[in-house]
Amino acid sequence: MAKLGPAHYSPYPVAVYEQVLTPPPGKALMFTEIVDEEQAMREAAKAMLTRENATIFPGPQVLYAWNEEAKEKAKLIKEMAEVLDAKIIPMYDYRPKYPKIDPEVEINPNHPNLTIWHNKIKACIFIGVHCHYANVALKIIRSETDCFTIAMCSQAGHEDAMITLRDQHVEEIEKFIEIAKEVKKELGKA
Amino acid sequence: MSFKIYKVNEEFRDIVPQEVIDLEERATWGNPKRGVMDLPVSKELLEEHSLCAGCPESAAIRYILASLPNPEDTIIVNSTGCTSLVFPHISLHTVHSLFGNQNSVASGIKRVLEWRFPDKVKDVVVLAGDGATVDIGLDYTLQSFFRQEKITTICFDNEVYANTGGQESGLTPKGHVFKMAPKGKQFEKVPMWQLAIDSGCHYVARLTVSSPKKVERVIKEAIYVAREVGPTYIHLYTPCILEIGLNSDDGLDEMRARDKERFAFFEYKTPEAEEVIAKYKAEGLL
Repeated sequence: MAKLGPAHYSPYPVAVYEQVLTPPPGKALMFTEIVDEEQAMREAAKAMLTRENATIFPGPQVLYAWNEEAKEKAKLIKEMAEVLDAKIIPMYDYRPKYPKIDPEVEINPNHPNLTIWHNKIKACIFIGVHCHYANVALKIIRSETDCFTIAMCSQAGHEDAMITLRDQHVEEIEKFIEIAKEVKKELGKA
Repeated sequence: MSFKIYKVNEEFRDIVPQEVIDLEERATWGNPKRGVMDLPVSKELLEEHSLCAGCPESAAIRYILASLPNPEDTIIVNSTGCTSLVFPHISLHTVHSLFGNQNSVASGIKRVLEWRFPDKVKDVVVLAGDGATVDIGLDYTLQSFFRQEKITTICFDNEVYANTGGQESGLTPKGHVFKMAPKGKQFEKVPMWQLAIDSGCHYVARLTVSSPKKVERVIKEAIYVAREVGPTYIHLYTPCILEIGLNSDDGLDEMRARDKERFAFFEYKTPEAEEVIAKYKAEGLL
């Protein structure tokens, strides 16, 4: 995405209006630039390690043990959170919560900004969130907050995130964790 | 869809709210004998709802969700109306169709599921209001019956367009006056249950939701018949207590009063449906 938020309401600044599209296979998107996956992973790790209250938002595709890959990814996400010193707040389903969510323990795609405001989150990773809800949530976050968003997507990615890593499966997440360990060492935080 | 989508990964059990753990551990999955008697002791598939306080429709939805014989493999199709305020809150797969289009959408889903999962039982249930079923969507509803689609259609009849301020619907009884129908309805209530019989439904029932056990039996019979024979139709009276000027705690009395007149229990079964019902009864599932 072109700029960090908050971009406020209207005109709604969705990335495609600014000709920002998802990256081609094998590449990643960093703001408006198509870059190598490794470079984007380094920047993502740096953002998570240097910005306040970094948080990982795992979605239903990794929270629930519905296939072997999901089980593997769950272990890796826990490890990732340890390496990045990040909190985990689940997006466990997409139902609108009535009468209100508890922003300390959950995030909802219909108003993700509440969780980000409440916990003062300045960097986050979306992982395992179904595409259409990730798109909605990332747009709202960009519009309403100054949170640095990173999308680790198992499919084509999300142009509304500040960093988009596409085709992220077990192997890629392992690679990200290794890179995060290196970046942590470089930053003197290991 | 399968039960696995409700199993929380071990790594995340400490961070998901208790209601999600409850959904895995205390909801009545994988048990076709589940029913309304489980409601006080098990986790419901409806966490909360945004209908008006005391709305009989919310009771109807709770009974229906508790009665589905195969919830982990049931797809619910709904349409615009009061009910569409509830469906985002339930923990089953739901599809919100265009207003009136629900039986067409359900037909497509059922056919694709039969093709995609030939070895699995997948139930498709349409839940929609009187506007969607009998006014705006009458064509699509009846066409799905003519085509003998294996789906269950449930109409929540509150006899009015309630959440848009009280316009008369095809199911409003003759003479009824509403805020947006000040002259009173000029013609008779559409006998939808009769149209369903004439259009080829194999199981048809008309009732109020004053008796949870009766609702359970009807829902299960309709779903089993739809699974094996063809279309089934249930017509439920769920009055809009606000639009007819009642208080929040008057819904049950209103339904009990209508049990004795225009919503007296009525049931129709074809011989094929009777056979299926007898089979499930013998298996102890009804």
